[in-house]
Amino acid sequence: MNATLTPRIDVMRSQLSRARGLGSAKTGVNHWWMERMSAVALVPLSGWFVLQVMRLAGSNHDDVVEWGGKPANSSMLLALMVLTFYHMQLGLQVIIDDYVHGKPHLPASLLMKGVTFLIGLFAVIAVLKLALAPSRKAGA
Amino acid sequence: MVEFSLPKNSKIGKGRIFPAAPDAKNVKPFGIYRWNPDDGANPVVDTYEIDLDKIGPMVLDALIHIKNDVDPTLTFRRSCREGICGSCAMNIDGENTLACLKPIKDVKAAVSIYPLPHMPVVKDLVPDLNGAYAQLRSIEPWLKSDTAPPPDSERRQSIEERSKLDGMWECILCFCCTTSCPSYWWNGDRYLGPATLLAAYRWIADSRDEHAGERLDALEDPLKLYACRTIMNCTQTCPKGLNPAKAIARIKELQLERKI
Repeated sequence: MNATLTPRIDVMRSQLSRARGLGSAKTGVNHWWMERMSAVALVPLSGWFVLQVMRLAGSNHDDVVEWGGKPANSSMLLALMVLTFYHMQLGLQVIIDDYVHGKPHLPASLLMKGVTFLIGLFAVIAVLKLALAPSRKAGA
Repeated sequence: MVEFSLPKNSKIGKGRIFPAAPDAKNVKPFGIYRWNPDDGANPVVDTYEIDLDKIGPMVLDALIHIKNDVDPTLTFRRSCREGICGSCAMNIDGENTLACLKPIKDVKAAVSIYPLPHMPVVKDLVPDLNGAYAQLRSIEPWLKSDTAPPPDSERRQSIEERSKLDGMWECILCFCCTTSCPSYWWNGDRYLGPATLLAAYRWIADSRDEHAGERLDALEDPLKLYACRTIMNCTQTCPKGLNPAKAIARIKELQLERKI
C-alpha cells in the first residue's frame, strides 16, 4: 500500500471518536449574533458618518473641531469607532478560524485581537480628544 | 495554514486515451480521474471517447459502458441508478451530483469526472466517506423519546407536524453538499457539514422527538455548527433539490431563541 495515505485511514483511533472530538464548546451563539447585530448597527452609523463628512467638506480645522466637540456628534463617532473595531475583531476571528489551523491558531487570534484593540483604542482616544477639547468659541 | 494547492503526490497528470470506434458518429470525450493505491503513481485523467448512440442518456450509463466494454479497471460506486441510493455521487463538469441523474447532454464540452472533492480517495472515483458517516452518527440520527409509544399503535403526528419534515426526509446521504462546502474542506475534522446538520435539524424538528435541547447543546460550537459561513454551495449542488443551508439557518435561529 501507498505509505502516504492520509492519517484519517492510517491511525487506529475510531472515526466516531474523531467525529465526537472533545464535544461541543457550548459557545458560538454570542459570537454569531453579535457579529450580525454590530453589522446592522453599523449601517445607520456609517451612513450618518458619510453624510457628515460630505457636509464638512471644505471646512477648516476649527469648524471640524467645533463639530466634533458637540456631544451628539462625538457620541455617534464613539459608537461608530467602538462598533467598527468590535465587528472587525469578530470578523477577523472567523477568517483565522477558517484558514489558520493547529498551533499557530491561538497566537494568531491573540495577535489579531491585540492589534485590533490598539487601533480601536487609538480611534477612541482621538474622538475623546475632540470631544473634550476646550471650546475655541468660549475661550475667545 | 490551509493548503491551497495539491500535495506533490496528488498532482494530476495526463493519462491514456481510449479512442472511439472509427465508424462512431456521435462521439463525446469523457475525462475521468484515475488513481490506483497499489501502483504508487500520481493520479491521472484518462480520456474515453464514447459513442453516445450506443448508450443511455445519463453519465452513469457512460461509466457503466466504459467499465463493461472499454476498461474494466475503472472503479466507481453505483447501485440503484435512479437517484435514491446516493452511491454514484461524484464531481461531474465541476459540480457534485449523482451520475445517474446527470444527463450527458447537459454538459456542453468534454465530460470531466472526478471523485467528491477534498475526501481521501480509495480508488478512482471512490472517496472514503467514513469520517462523514461517523459525523452523521455523532448527532444520533434516530428518534429519542422518553415517553413510551402507545401500546397498540405507532407514535402519532399531525399533518402539520409531519409537514415540517418535508425537505429533510428526502436526503439520501450522498454527501454531495458536504464535499462541496469550502468550510468543510478547511475544517472538516470539526465542522459537521451540511448533510449532517440537515439530518440534525430533521430530528430537532420532529414532533415525536423529546431531546431537541440536548441536540442543540451538542451542536452549539464555534466549528461544529457555526463554521457554516452561508456560502450556499450545499443548496446549489444538492441533486435532490433540498436546502441544507436553510436547515442550518433554522438550527442557528433555535440556538438564539433559547438564549434571548
